[in-house]
Amino acid sequence: MAAKDIEDLIRAALPDAEIAIRDLAGDGDHYAAKVVSAAFAGLPKVKQHQLVYKALGGRMGAELHALQLETAVPVGDSK
Amino acid sequence: MSAQERIAEIVGKNDVVLFMKGTVLFPQCGFSSRAVAILDHLGVPFEAIDVLQDPDIRTGIKEYSDWPTIPQLYVRGEFVGGSDIMMEMFESGELQTLVGAGAE
Repeated sequence: MAAKDIEDLIRAALPDAEIAIRDLAGDGDHYAAKVVSAAFAGLPKVKQHQLVYKALGGRMGAELHALQLETAVPVGDSK
Repeated sequence: MSAQERIAEIVGKNDVVLFMKGTVLFPQCGFSSRAVAILDHLGVPFEAIDVLQDPDIRTGIKEYSDWPTIPQLYVRGEFVGGSDIMMEMFESGELQTLVGAGAE
């Protein structure tokens, strides 16, 4: 799965998101992503990650084996 | 008993449960290995469930937690997260507090 596809899927669900994706192994299968969105405000980490997994629509754990995920709320917007 | 019922029983009976790929001694995935290393470092006793030995649990736990990947950590019946969240919580000290390990 291409990094661009991952980014597009996340952005479709979280339009305000700042997204940085790193290909960890160069094999198109192991990525690290940092997603910053106001949609995460006030949510526990588990819920934040679940929003991203939902955006990926079932690909996580299937065609996308590994995505290390870091989520955050934009600075100045946190609660 | 359905997979969902079995999972409910496992997380209900054990204070700290890690659903992982492989065993504590021989994890079969880097993420599971990292999760074990964190719990070992905390010195907290935990029950490890090797989902590779049980296809029903492997599929069922993803539905049970609404979480697509393994490992998954449960503490006192509550889903905590996967290895990324475990690492973040470990670094911030939250995980030590949650499992009641001897944090300084």
